Amino acid sequence: MSSNVAPATPVKSTGLHVGEASPGVAKRDPILIANQVRRQFGGLTAVDVEHLEIPRHAITALIGPNGAGKTTLFNLLTGFDTANTGTWSFNGKSLAGVSAFKVARMGLIRTFQLTKALSLLTVMDNMKLGSTQQLGEKLWASVFPMLWRKKESEIEEQALDLLARFNLDSKKDDYAASLSGGQRKLLEMARALMTKPEFVMLDEPMAGVNPALTQSLLEHILNLKKAGMTVLFVEHDMHMVRHIADWVIVMAEGKVIAEGSPDEVMKNPAVVDAYLGSHQDIDLGTVTGRITLPKIGKGK
Amino acid sequence: MDFLGILNSTVGFVIDPVTIAFSLAALGLAVHFGFAGLLNMGMAGFMALGAYGYAIGILTFGLPWYIAAFLGPLAAIVFALILGIPTLRLRGDYLAIVTIAAAEIMRLLFLTSTFGPITGSADGLSGHNSGSFWADNPLPEGQYDFGPFRGTELDWWVRIVGFLILCVAVAIVWLLVNSPWGRVLKGIREDEDAVRSLGKNVFAYKMQALIIGGVLGALGGLVLAMGQNVNPNQYVTSITFYIWTALLLGGAATVFGPLAGAVIFWVIQAFIGLLMPALAAEGLLLGLSSIQAAQIKFILVGIALVLIVVFRPQGIFGNKKELTFVK
Repeated sequence: MSSNVAPATPVKSTGLHVGEASPGVAKRDPILIANQVRRQFGGLTAVDVEHLEIPRHAITALIGPNGAGKTTLFNLLTGFDTANTGTWSFNGKSLAGVSAFKVARMGLIRTFQLTKALSLLTVMDNMKLGSTQQLGEKLWASVFPMLWRKKESEIEEQALDLLARFNLDSKKDDYAASLSGGQRKLLEMARALMTKPEFVMLDEPMAGVNPALTQSLLEHILNLKKAGMTVLFVEHDMHMVRHIADWVIVMAEGKVIAEGSPDEVMKNPAVVDAYLGSHQDIDLGTVTGRITLPKIGKGK
Repeated sequence: MDFLGILNSTVGFVIDPVTIAFSLAALGLAVHFGFAGLLNMGMAGFMALGAYGYAIGILTFGLPWYIAAFLGPLAAIVFALILGIPTLRLRGDYLAIVTIAAAEIMRLLFLTSTFGPITGSADGLSGHNSGSFWADNPLPEGQYDFGPFRGTELDWWVRIVGFLILCVAVAIVWLLVNSPWGRVLKGIREDEDAVRSLGKNVFAYKMQALIIGGVLGALGGLVLAMGQNVNPNQYVTSITFYIWTALLLGGAATVFGPLAGAVIFWVIQAFIGLLMPALAAEGLLLGLSSIQAAQIKFILVGIALVLIVVFRPQGIFGNKKELTFVK
């Protein structure tokens, strides 16, 4: 971990929106604007977003029940899937119909819900692959090592620095296949940072990660914001969402049903109905009736 | 039975043009499958293009051999583009289906009597070497024997040219796969989407790999055509599977593995091909005739392929961690 000091409560960005917080509300400084984005799979409408703006230099959480279309929206915005209709722009440049690798080159980098570590490459090679603008990746230049050797050592330094921050430096020569699930998540995030992105989209960064690692991951995400990046993440862990998100967008059945600061959104009755359920703060044992916790008075 | 004679002829296969040709083709397949993860089942088609391009260039267009030699690789580039543009965006298996069919189409096009005046139809092409290629041979006429490696000045000329082509090809492939370009390729083999999400043009890389491997296959066909006549029956699907066997034997994700695999494959094949008929002639093979016994080698090739995949999927020289069939 970069520091062993207990993390202070992060400073939340406020005043991100203009006017009343409602689905599709305008932001003061949006980095990404989507309009009428629609994706249908046969008869099923997976995503049907009328208007959405993501605030710049903030951490935005995208929450919603399973099958709400969160990952599909991710895929659409990053060019991994094609929308039926709609337009969306990143920093004012339209991204509709732009292929995934070009979107990534513009500085919009995503990670995947099912981690995609390149198993049979070493951790270091995984990292180096993230670096952009490598002359040695061009076919003609690759056969002349003198053209790219200098850049290669620069990349290696950058990668070592990042790996150290993510506590993976001791693993640099191991194949990524030998990493644990949580370490792969870390590697994927570190690799994404090698591209020096402007906007990072994380698909369930905490899924399957043990509590100790969760804390360091949280810090890493907060550090992204400190470093001036914009973050959008999908997560089911409400504690995490409350702790680090500046803004929360709630999706259900493909639509954005609520937006706002974490505390407000979680009180919104529509969100409670569609996603959180009325027992969100109650111990699971109480919900199932197996344990009675003394402090929660109303539970039976 | 002349066991020593059999052994002697077998060793001679190490430097046979056929072995060199298969090494080149296996190297191309290593670029396709071992490094880029492309399932090319049509290597015979690329080889046929190399051989026919060379022979047609000399016989029909009257080009000198060293210019005709470029026709095959050029045709392979076009062939790779035609195969790759529709299939490389799809999942890997589709490329396998398309390539196996395309290679057969190539062979049938060379076989059809419609193009008989150019391709020689079922008779194939011959006499393409006896012009400028032999005339440019710097070796004085005569028989040169070095232990088990025997041959006339013409045999050695083919071997030298073939070996030079192989050396250049190995050097280039080695540089390629150990460069950042090769790293992207290996990344694509592991997970295309992950590489795409890092801003790499996956389609372009796969196309480049398909072309480079295809050109190597064509060079294999070229060396084969320098040593013998060109015949459509040489470029059947089973040739593709021989190359796969050689590749898997040596190690798919290596540069020198395919070469060693090709040598081992041809030496063992030659050995069995010579030994079995000799044994049958002595009446030691349950009454099989010599001709039947010679076919045993094809059965053994199949068994060998299965055994390699089951017991040593990374090949002789491969790193077990780096490439196996079980992920």
